[in-house]
Amino acid sequence: MSVAIIGAGCTPFGRYHGTTVRAEAVRAVRLALGDAGIAWSDIDYAVGGSLSGGSADSLVSELGLTGVPFINVLNGCATGSSSLLSAVHAIESGAARRALVLGFDSHPRGAFTISTGQMGLGRWYGTTGMAVTAQFFALKIQRYLHEHDLPPRLLSAVAAKAFHNGSLNPNAWRRKALTAADIENSAMLVDPLRQFMLCSPGDGATALVLCAAETAKRYRPDPVYIRAVAVRTRRPGSFEVLSPSLSIRPGHSPTVDAAAAVFEQAGIAPAEVGLAQVQDTDAGAEIIHLAETGLCAHGEQTELIDSGATALDGRLPINTDGGCLANGEPIGASGLRQIHENVLQLRGTAGAHQVARDPGVALSHVYGAPGLSGCTLLTR
Amino acid sequence: MDNPVDPTLMDLADGRLRLRGGRCAACDEIHFPVGTACPRCGGDDIRVEPLADEGVLWSWTVQRFPPPSPPYVPSAAEFTPFGLGYVELPGQVIVESLLTECDPARLHIGMPMRLVEFSVPTESGETAVTFAFTPWEGHAS
Ligand SMILES: [Zn+2]
Repeated sequence: MSVAIIGAGCTPFGRYHGTTVRAEAVRAVRLALGDAGIAWSDIDYAVGGSLSGGSADSLVSELGLTGVPFINVLNGCATGSSSLLSAVHAIESGAARRALVLGFDSHPRGAFTISTGQMGLGRWYGTTGMAVTAQFFALKIQRYLHEHDLPPRLLSAVAAKAFHNGSLNPNAWRRKALTAADIENSAMLVDPLRQFMLCSPGDGATALVLCAAETAKRYRPDPVYIRAVAVRTRRPGSFEVLSPSLSIRPGHSPTVDAAAAVFEQAGIAPAEVGLAQVQDTDAGAEIIHLAETGLCAHGEQTELIDSGATALDGRLPINTDGGCLANGEPIGASGLRQIHENVLQLRGTAGAHQVARDPGVALSHVYGAPGLSGCTLLTR
Repeated sequence: MDNPVDPTLMDLADGRLRLRGGRCAACDEIHFPVGTACPRCGGDDIRVEPLADEGVLWSWTVQRFPPPSPPYVPSAAEFTPFGLGYVELPGQVIVESLLTECDPARLHIGMPMRLVEFSVPTESGETAVTFAFTPWEGHAS
């Protein structure tokens, strides 16, 4: 427990009209600095990234030319986790005292267009219609439901929870609650996933301010402590997005490795987690990631979801701010949005979407192409 | 016969289509299509070998919205839904493939599948041969 979060800032996610991704990134930084009660000139290390929104370090022209070292990170869906890890290392090593971590992004409407060449795939894979990330999510949950004998109705239940939580979160993109029936009636896009079971690429910005744990209470009475951060890439036999073939010798997802690493580093057991934000690019991903992170056993999701355990008033609330389903997925900002939400929940200041039970430990988890995962454990 | 969509994917020999797999000399892992290194151990001694043309359906979906074009060749106006899945070739590898079937009622995990030629449009406006798997009704799993 050597690094603490003393400031968190997030601006509304969605589709930017009348503002720009750079303006929102600067606004998120100012919110985080204001939350920590410090100035930009107090920051002596900055790190952040964006896939499509520009270089994070170029924002110094709006934030102020303080000469601060500012590192750009781009690591897919783990851009936020990787930036956070870099800042934690800088503070732990003594190289920095107060660090800023920033994630922001803005993507065009519709499914992500995959460049087969950049992903090491042949042209044929794209021209014949196989370079579509949604297909992976469909194929993975289809196999998972079969292997673990889970009913497809869990997908509607997960999506309905996401939109309910999003309706209570003023920063969410989708603010309209939807019932399981609304979701069941939406168009089937990639069986078994329907329109409201898949998140959309979108716009968003989030920033955090970190300092050494022993100095945290100088800034605020309720710091949140980073107990562990881990980023892992895939190992042999895992089932990843954009894979023309899979091994018949199965291995596990990088999520399993990243989650196991944070629990071991922190000396915390999965059973101690009081709430979690897990990657829900689609409703099926939330179901799978509950087990891959160790929060439940494979096959146990039916009981967990049917019992209401994953709702805001349950024993293990999941994706309490509406997750990617209600917030969309700006790649660079998504992971830090999860951390921002866990910080609010641990402080007890999440407002209408505050969980009912007092959480002591919060997990966040991202997963993305080409097979990497980042996990973070926070405590009060 | 049309040209293959990519000559490294398959061989059309004696009128019979076979996918070209790569076997790692160091760890025996098979991958498809043949790459320059083994995805399990990184070994670069890769031997090409033909893959089985029969297998079982490992997972499936139906692509019901037009994939972004490009890279997908048919335009949104020409798009029709298509089946897609992974087929396990026992003892070898699990390959991702177009399916000739896109009716969910006729697709289930574990069903026997057989490799067939499949015609697809190309960027130059012609057609080419790629591979697909088709349900193999005559064969009990
Ligand atoms: Zn090998």
